[in-house]
This record gives sequence, C-alpha cells and structure tokens, in this order.
Amino acid sequence: MSVTEQQYAPGEHPDLPPPLGEAGLIAWFKKRLFSSVGNTILTLVAVFFLYHVLSAIIFWTLTGATFTGETKADCDLGGACWLVIGDRFHQFMYGLYPTDQYWRPNLTFILMVVAIVPVLFDNIPHRGKFLLFSAIFPFIAFYLLSGGWGLETVDTDEWGGLLLTLVLGVTGIVASLPIGIVLALGRRSNMPIVRTLCVCFIEFIRGVPLITILFMASNMLPLFLPEGVNFDKLLRALIGVALFSSAYMAEVIRGGLQAIPKGQYEGADAMGLSYWQSMRLIILPQALRIVIPGIVNTFIGLYKDTTLVSIIGLFDLIGIGLVAVADVKWRGLAPETYAFIALLFFISCFAMSRYSLWLENKLHTGHKR
Amino acid sequence: MSNASTNTSKKTDEVAIQLNGVHKWYGQFHVLKNINLNVQRGERIVICGPSGSGKSTLIRCINRLEEHQQGDIIVDNIELTGNLKNIDAIRREVGMCFQHFNLFPHLSVLENCTLAPIWVRKMPKKEAEEIAMHYLERVKIPDQAAKFPGQLSGGQQQRVAIARSLCMNPRIMLFDEPTSALDPEMIAEVLDTMIELAETGMTMLCVTHEMGFARKVADRVIFMDGGEIIEQNEPEEFFNNPQSERTQKFLSQILAH
Repeated sequence: MSVTEQQYAPGEHPDLPPPLGEAGLIAWFKKRLFSSVGNTILTLVAVFFLYHVLSAIIFWTLTGATFTGETKADCDLGGACWLVIGDRFHQFMYGLYPTDQYWRPNLTFILMVVAIVPVLFDNIPHRGKFLLFSAIFPFIAFYLLSGGWGLETVDTDEWGGLLLTLVLGVTGIVASLPIGIVLALGRRSNMPIVRTLCVCFIEFIRGVPLITILFMASNMLPLFLPEGVNFDKLLRALIGVALFSSAYMAEVIRGGLQAIPKGQYEGADAMGLSYWQSMRLIILPQALRIVIPGIVNTFIGLYKDTTLVSIIGLFDLIGIGLVAVADVKWRGLAPETYAFIALLFFISCFAMSRYSLWLENKLHTGHKR
Repeated sequence: MSNASTNTSKKTDEVAIQLNGVHKWYGQFHVLKNINLNVQRGERIVICGPSGSGKSTLIRCINRLEEHQQGDIIVDNIELTGNLKNIDAIRREVGMCFQHFNLFPHLSVLENCTLAPIWVRKMPKKEAEEIAMHYLERVKIPDQAAKFPGQLSGGQQQRVAIARSLCMNPRIMLFDEPTSALDPEMIAEVLDTMIELAETGMTMLCVTHEMGFARKVADRVIFMDGGEIIEQNEPEEFFNNPQSERTQKFLSQILAH
C-alpha cells in the first residue's frame, strides 16, 4: 500500500471522484447506446426514425403551420391550418352560449378550481371552510350556468364545447364515486334484497353499451313519462353517464374491499365499532387507497366517454368539432380540429393520472412491503 | 414451584363469563361440543390444546366474532343473542388481541388507540389521546405514538394492540394466540406486558402455548381437544399431575422442546 494512504474513521471517508470513463455524458452514451456494434446500429436506426417522425410532427404543428390569417387560402405553408381553431375558439370553449354571458362559465370555472383544490389536497390552510364551499359549489355552478333569479336564463341546449364536456365529466366523476361505494357495499351486504338489487343494477348497466343508455335516456325515456313531464336532455345524459360509470366504479371498489384482510373487519368489530363506522373509518380508507389506479382509470374512461353525447345531439367538444369540420369555409381541416380536441382531453387526463400517482405516494404509510 | 409465588390471584366470586352447553358447527363440522365454563371476575384462564381443537373458536364466540348455534353465553350479565344492542354492549366491555395484531395500517399508533374511545365511547379527542398515551407508556412504547404500525416490529405491534384494547377500559380481555406470530425475543416483551396486565386484576382468557406464562399467571388452565374441554385445573396440578391421557400426550409433546 502506498505511504500516502490516509486513515479515516469509519464513515468519514470523503467521496472519491468516480473512475474516469465511467461518468459524465460521454460515458453514459458509450455505455447505454454504443456498447457494441449491434447496439450502435440499433441506436442509429432509432435516431433516424425519431428524427423523421419528430421533424414531421414539428413541421406540421409549428414550423409549417399557419397561425395568422383570415381564410383557408392563407394556409399555404404545407402544415396545419390553426386558423380554424382561432375562428371557432369560442365555440370550442362555450358552444352556443350567449357571447355577452361568457363571464358566467368563466367565473364558474374559476370557482370550480377553488372548490376542487381543497378536495384534492389536504394540507391547505382552512381546509374545512373551503370544503364547505366545495359542497355548495354544484348549486352555485348550476345557478351561474343556467341562470334565473336575476341572471338571464341560458337553455342547456346552448351549452357546449369544453364547458359541456367539463359539466358532464365533473358531474359524472363526483356522482359515480359515492354511488359506486354504496353499490359495492350493497353487493357485499348480508341482506339478500339489498344484495340482489345491487347485483342486478351493476350487471345490467355493465352489460349494456353507454351509447344504448344514452339513446334510451334521450329517446325512450320521454315515451314512458306522463304527458307534459319532460326533463332536460342534458340532465338525462348526465344521469345516464353517472349511472354507467358508477356501475364500473362499484366493481373497482369491490375489488379493493376484497383485498382487505378479514382481520381488519374483526379488529373493528372487536372494538365495538358499528358497521358504518368500521366501513368509514377502517375498511373504505384502505380499500379505496388500494384501488386508486382503478378509480382514476374509470374517471379517465368516463371523462372521455362523455364525447358519446355528441351522438344524441349535445354539442360537447366532439359535437362542436363535427360542426367545425362540416363548415364549408374550413373544409378538409379535420386533422387540426381533432388534434386540438385531443390536446384538450390529454391535458385533463394526464393531470388526473399524475394526481393519482402523487396521491398513491402520499398515502403510502409503510404497510406495503 | 418457585414462580408460583408470583401468582397473586385477584379472583373474586362474581361471575364474569358464563357458558352453558355451547355448541357450534361449521357446516357439518362440530367445532364446539357442549362447552360449560364459568369465569370469575379477576380470574386468569389459559386455554391450550392442539390446533383445530376449537380453542380460538371458543374465545371468539365470547365477543361474537363467531356465532354459536346452541347454548347460552352470558358476558357481564348480558346474554349474547342475535340482538345487535347486546353484541355492541359486550364488545365495548371485552377487549381482544389477535394473533396477527389486526392493527389498522392506515392510522398512526396513536390514532389506532384513540379510534374506538372517540367513536364508540364518544370521548373528546384530547381525553382519548391522554388515555392512549397513558396505556402506550404502560406497554413501554410512548415514543412510537406517531409512527404507523408498518414501521414497528411484531412485538411492538402486539403491544400497541394490547394498549389499543385497554384504551376502551375493558373489564375482560381475550387473547387469541398473541405470541404465535412473533420471534422468540419479541415473545418475551409481549408476555411481560400481559403479566403486568394480569397483576392489575384484569379478567383474562388467553389461548396460548406459552406454558411458562400459564404457570406464572393462570388461575386455571383449560385443555381442549376435538371441540371439548378435556381437563381443567390449577396450573400446578395441571402440569404436574395431568389426569387424562390426551392431556399427558399433549403436554409431553409441547414440553419436550
């Protein structure tokens, strides 16, 4: 050993620099991408394809795209013609909502953010008061959007675009979780009548396509209702979507309930907790945590399935998109329209997905090994 | 026996638990056959026997985790029937510790202990926390109060489970093989806690194979086999002078090691 070797107390040795050739960017490339002839070839082929795909995408969306102009004739760069989005932007956002009333959906959206944040994050100050607001928000939103009592009445036929998609998606999500929990508990109930009802409901709804339910809600329901009784088309679609996703939600949650060991039920029973107490305090917090990925999966599915309402004549994002594509002025601009709609959906769904990951990590209390 | 001196019985004449002609079946299988048992208040009973002998089922019947089909069970002068009110009343008075602890993994140690006092006894949160800390100190883990069960060792978890039951201020404690899932060095810490508990005069029914514990604290040892109580006696007599052949065989097997 060399004479210069210095003695250190255990754990006190300063970090040595990594050996040369095994650190830094060049070493990383060498090790990961060019470690053998075969890998080098694969790397080059991959780079070639990536270059072609990415450059085509960038050309179409950005460098070759037209952002300013008046008519389709201005789009002569070879890429996307985003003018159609700008021209119909308000429709994409609000549908046929009266132009002078746009402040109402805008205000509703801001209030929605205020209402959702305390539900999603439990570490904000004064959460209790904010949650109270979250609880009354649906009524405020309904009043703001539909009007009456001093505000101009806006028929739900005029709601559309992102506004309608959000109304459908958020209502469906908010309604399907509690209904799903009740159905899941009912399906595991000891009471035969409750159990049979829940099983029948879940199996019937799951056995039927959403589009059928929506058609039934919009076209068949009025036939069964007494003369003169008619409720809103949007409300019918909302109920259809909520019931549909709650059936799926029930099965997701039932999976979580089945994953809870019998000992947890017995522990709760032995301490004298009632059925509802043990469900609320012991079983459901654990069961829901286990199935967060499944719950969010159902939410995302539901949010995207709301596009089916365009088939029963509601102008959600897809409905507005169909109108835009059919416009003579912007003929042939379907890719742009659908790309824009896809982007809007992706933002919402990706946010939900990231939130669920964050939540899973936060709720992890070290009991999973 | 030298350690017989530690056996300071707090047994009284008052009856805490009464089982008269209790039968239970799992389908065709007859688990409990005509069980008759009287437990005095303050009495410490150890139940042993080979696996499948019905000893766990027996004590699980006492707080209705299992339902018996025939006979009477009277706990604290309350008869155990299908009546939910009676079941709840009994569960409030009877604490139970399980083989696998059954702590609630999503709640901290302190929350595990305060949950039932707050929700079942309607105790203010602050008072419940004070009581919980008192019992966590008694089982010697007050410093773990903020942790989650998954971060504790098995022995610590079982001691939390004991503290959790004590927070409800039960008059009777049931133990269902509390040390069977633990490593040897952790068994000692849990048994010490149970011995301390026994010294306070708690009525205890304990399914265990810890014969040292039985000798030290039990007022009575019950041997079960095939769903029947084969033999019961004071520990001294039970271990030194077992009457039935099956008891002798069982004792020779478990004491051989």
